[in-house]
Amino acid sequence: MNIIVLAKLVPDLVEELTIDPGGAALDLTFARWIINEFDDHAIEQGILLKERGGGTVTVLVPDLDGADDVLFTAAAKGADRLIKLGGDFNGVNNHALARAFAAVVKELQADLILTGVQAHDDLDGSAGPLLAECLQMPYVGYVSGVSINDGKSLLRKEYPGGLLAEMEVTTPAVLGIQAAEQPPRYVAVSKVRQAMKTSSIEEQDASSLDPCGGPTVGRMFQPEAAAHATMIAGSPDEVADKLVDLFKELGVL
Amino acid sequence: MPIRETFWNIPHWAEITQYILAFVTVVVFLYGVGRRVLRWRQGQPDATRRSGHFWRRIWSLVTQVLAQRRTLDETYPGIMHFTIFWGMLVLAVGTALATVDWDVTHLIFGFQFLTGWVYIVFELALDVLGLLVAVGLGMAIYRRYVTRPARIQDFPARSLAWDDLYVLVMLAFITLSGYLTEGLRIAVTQPDWAAWSPIGNAIAAAFLALGDPANQTLHLIVWALHVLTAFGILASLPFTKLFHILSVPLNIYFRSMQPAGALLPARGDGGVKEWKQFTWKQLLDFEACTRCGRCQDVCPAHVSMPAFSPRNMMVKLETHLWAKANGQALHGDVVSAEELWACTTCRACGQVCPAFIDHIGAFVDMRRHLVEQGEMDNLLQKALMNLGRYGNSFGQSERMRAKWTQPLQPPINDARKTPVEYLWFVGDYASYSPTLADITQKTAQVFQRIGIDFGIMYDGERNAGNDVRRIGEEGLFEILVEKNNQALSKCNYQTIITTDPHTYNTLKNEYPWNGNRPAILHTAELLDQMIASGRLKFKRKLDYKVTYHDPCYLGRYNDVYDAPRRVIAATGCELVEMLRHGDRAFCCGAGGGRIWMEEKKVEERPSEARVREAAALAGVQTLVVACPKDVTMFRDAVKTTGSEARLVVKDLMELVHEAL
Amino acid sequence: MSQDIYVLIEHLRGQVAELSYTMLAAGRELAQGAGGNVVAVLLGHNAKELGKDFAADKVLYLDHALLADFTSDAYQKALADLIGKDQPRAVLFGNSSIGADVASVLSMRLDLPLVSSCRSFTQDGKFVSQICGGKIMAEGELPGPTALVTMVPGGYQPDQGRSAAAPSITEAPVPALEALRVALSKYIEPETGDVDISKEPLLIAVGRGIQNKDNIELAENLAQAIGGVVCGSRPVIDQGWLATSRLVGKSGKHVKPKIYFAMGISGAPEHAEAIMQSDTIIAINTDPKAPIFDVAKYGVEGDIFDLVEVLTEKVQQAK
Ligand SMILES: Cc1cc2nc3c(=O)[nH]c(=O)nc-3n(C[C@H](O)[C@H](O)[C@H](O)COP(=O)(O)OP(=O)(O)OC[C@H]3O[C@@H](n4cnc5c(N)ncnc54)[C@H](O)[C@@H]3O)c2cc1C
Repeated sequence: MNIIVLAKLVPDLVEELTIDPGGAALDLTFARWIINEFDDHAIEQGILLKERGGGTVTVLVPDLDGADDVLFTAAAKGADRLIKLGGDFNGVNNHALARAFAAVVKELQADLILTGVQAHDDLDGSAGPLLAECLQMPYVGYVSGVSINDGKSLLRKEYPGGLLAEMEVTTPAVLGIQAAEQPPRYVAVSKVRQAMKTSSIEEQDASSLDPCGGPTVGRMFQPEAAAHATMIAGSPDEVADKLVDLFKELGVL
Repeated sequence: MPIRETFWNIPHWAEITQYILAFVTVVVFLYGVGRRVLRWRQGQPDATRRSGHFWRRIWSLVTQVLAQRRTLDETYPGIMHFTIFWGMLVLAVGTALATVDWDVTHLIFGFQFLTGWVYIVFELALDVLGLLVAVGLGMAIYRRYVTRPARIQDFPARSLAWDDLYVLVMLAFITLSGYLTEGLRIAVTQPDWAAWSPIGNAIAAAFLALGDPANQTLHLIVWALHVLTAFGILASLPFTKLFHILSVPLNIYFRSMQPAGALLPARGDGGVKEWKQFTWKQLLDFEACTRCGRCQDVCPAHVSMPAFSPRNMMVKLETHLWAKANGQALHGDVVSAEELWACTTCRACGQVCPAFIDHIGAFVDMRRHLVEQGEMDNLLQKALMNLGRYGNSFGQSERMRAKWTQPLQPPINDARKTPVEYLWFVGDYASYSPTLADITQKTAQVFQRIGIDFGIMYDGERNAGNDVRRIGEEGLFEILVEKNNQALSKCNYQTIITTDPHTYNTLKNEYPWNGNRPAILHTAELLDQMIASGRLKFKRKLDYKVTYHDPCYLGRYNDVYDAPRRVIAATGCELVEMLRHGDRAFCCGAGGGRIWMEEKKVEERPSEARVREAAALAGVQTLVVACPKDVTMFRDAVKTTGSEARLVVKDLMELVHEAL
Repeated sequence: MSQDIYVLIEHLRGQVAELSYTMLAAGRELAQGAGGNVVAVLLGHNAKELGKDFAADKVLYLDHALLADFTSDAYQKALADLIGKDQPRAVLFGNSSIGADVASVLSMRLDLPLVSSCRSFTQDGKFVSQICGGKIMAEGELPGPTALVTMVPGGYQPDQGRSAAAPSITEAPVPALEALRVALSKYIEPETGDVDISKEPLLIAVGRGIQNKDNIELAENLAQAIGGVVCGSRPVIDQGWLATSRLVGKSGKHVKPKIYFAMGISGAPEHAEAIMQSDTIIAINTDPKAPIFDVAKYGVEGDIFDLVEVLTEKVQQAK
């Protein structure tokens, strides 16, 4: 079985985000690019599937700072093939990304394509379903469990309220992973180093980056914390007293 | 002339039989020892740490084996072992001399030296020192079967109780039968010099009434049993607990002569998965364990998780080696991940072990395997990922590392831009923990008031890696070292200072300085120097009655005990020591990466035990610490033990700041 | 080509999602500016009466046995046909397990622009999307001719999407639903919970800040003292510290208690959206910048472990 995982890099929210002077985009000069957390789950799910049923896992990443890290880490976890997609991906939207990915994936004879259900910087939908349509494959998102047998994938889709749906999808298909069946594993640095020695990254150039289909942002801003909470200060003892008063006031005591 | 007729009353056939048995015994003994040696040789090489320092090693044997220094650290077990050791040693040497006298000098050269007054002294010495053995054995039997302290009970392998019993019975029997043989001989031969064997003589008196030939027959029987026991002991030595007679001196001889704070580096990737991946020295470690349990008594992890004990770990590992794995996996069947993660690497076990076992080295080697497998709890995983990504366990941007400096005026020098005398390596907790910002700022103010020329590395600093290494994530440690070295190489400084003992330890003992190690000082040492040189003078005399907690990585690992105490004295505080202080200080429970792990349901937190200990000291209101993690751990424990009214936790720096 | 705003109604097993009402309210705002109607698009089978309380000018109802339950493939086919023919000004989808599976695919298939994570519209019809975990807002012209929009909750009151007067319901044709590649096998019920937290008036909620399973007891004690029920954020449920039935948030329950007492919860949008309808939110967090303080009415900057036991005691005394 041939499993392809698409991973996206997103600006790390741990860093203070700033808007660029143009006022319509993030200032990414100092951004730290990290793997989208859901894509990390997608990689884990891919590896789990391979461990259970054999096959190969290919990981595809756009060429941004940190792409090599993501790929070698995936290799250390058990990914077989690493592909880096060349091109200027800074600020590129998901429509462009999906089209570029599609051109590469078409050649790979995928049985299953996994990707994170969403990313925090998505502004024009998520990459998974866009890609699925480019490839004319079915798409199911919010997936938290996958198994495959003969031409079908059986998966669990999450709905609000803890409700799950078991769905059957014909393969090849694209799945948007919400959570892998187990949290992404830790890989020791030594293993990543080993992977750097033993595996190689294939570089392919994105044919073109066509962003058509995404919105144009006129203004970006940080939301002013509209209504900040009234802070209750004091020692734990004083705070507890005030809270008890508040409970009384609200009629629960 | 006083002389012993060797083989008196022993028929020729018995004498011949004895020599045949002696031969068999030697063969069995050599086989047993050879088996052990071959097993050690299956371990990995570890040459660099084990050679050199010949005279220091010999001196260790003198102080630790002959003088039994560590063994005597505890009175009852110390005296117990000391008397058995010296008693048996003298008796064994006596027997050896008698053998040489008869089988070598007499047989080959036709003369004997155990004659005249030499013989008299010989007899007297053996007679009295034999009594030592009896005393020691009595104490041992009483302790093991009457008082029964927990630490020598409940081994993971129940059969070991028989091993303990066997040794006591054999030693008791050989002593008893020795005296009986002598007494019966004296009773029959009644030599003029009998009074020089006071105990033998007393026994002889008791048997006189029996008369010959009964005594002669009895003598032959007891002699035969004595000889059989002696050969039994010798032959069984490599197969029982008695083997420690050989393994412990060897282990002491081969102990690491490097600083305690320098961990054995990982051998290849992946740590120890199977026992053969241990070094030969680690295998020797396991076999040197006598199960005395002193390590267990001082172990903080044993307090929080009674199922874990360094003694049990050694016992299980040793058993595992001898079962030739027995189809069991080292990880899982023999030791559990939970046990391996329990250790705080405080090194209290290694500090008290009379056999100089390096427990922690073996634990970390096995942790390295767990890390390789990704087998760890979620919090630890998160911490390691954060350390990899941001260089700190808090998961915050490195740009926030120096946020605590913002309110300070004048601003602190960036050592990467301005040459400074002292480079302050701030460390993760002091930098990021919101509850410690105040102490970190006060530290800066103290430096400024003293007028020290200092700077920090701002966002260039990374976690120093001490505990990352002890978690077993060697690769990440190497990355952190590399990043810190890059930043350090941009700085112009003479001395590195830090408030964090963990940082201090790894910088001092583990960083590769290529022969150019700068001076590295803990702030307690720095302040001590400043006080001694008169640069730091206090305006106020504090009148607190305080106690001081020695951080593991400052005290036990680096022998810094006096500097912080002198600083405390200089502030005017009165220091009252806890029972466990200095190299016996009880760990707060945070070390070795424990602070990053999930806390499972615990019996008692080490930090709580420690706070109770401090709070129990009459009149003491302040627990002084010299480690940022200690502040966090103990302030929490003061709350959870409800000791707020009795005890406050203060960093040494706060004390100094107050007294300025 | 029309100025109508279509809203895809999300429903599961006979229950319309709150988010759909929010979207109807949003649709109204947008339609007023554009000068069109709000059209609720309901796909289902024998589900016509679900549309009774929609605050819409019109309900388009597409009935088909294969639309009885949501599957991405069937929804995509039916909607592609409808949108292609009607060409409304905008179609609003939930940024949810249903809407997100459909909207992006339609964008590619119909070559229509897509805006995601939209929280509200400005009066002049611009979209305002919330990205980067709620830290950044992006505003822009609603692209044309037909904009597909996925919406997050928070910008509108769902009650404004309800109406007492039933709208007119028109059946719309359903295209042939053939060669479907996705099929529902079955639903898997959440572990049956002891309590229904969405109906509880007093919730003690714990987040990752509670650190471990044993500490849940602290929350239980407080809950017992005050007469409330313990619930939690996703990490707490993922770790198995609380049953799935106690999950509050996007993938759990939406709650509307009198008091929501949040301990050690950062207030991520996926969590925050589900507690907005609480009367009073009180939050304790060591991080003064935690977003939970932006949705809470009262906040305490502090450590759970300093406070909770003292508070439990005082509550007990106060009774
Ligand atoms: C599709 C999707 C669906 C999701 N569904 C849900 C959902 O239904 N429900 C949900 O909750 N999440 C959901 N999430 C996850 C969500 O994004 C957040 O990751 C999650 O809500 C964070 O939980 P938390 O606040 O408990 O943890 P964290 O974000 O880790 O926050 C912990 C907080 O505790 C504070 N803290 C730490 N120690 C203490 C202390 N001692 N005292 C006081 N405060 C302390 C910290 O400052 C921090 O703010 C979903 C995510 C996605 C993408």
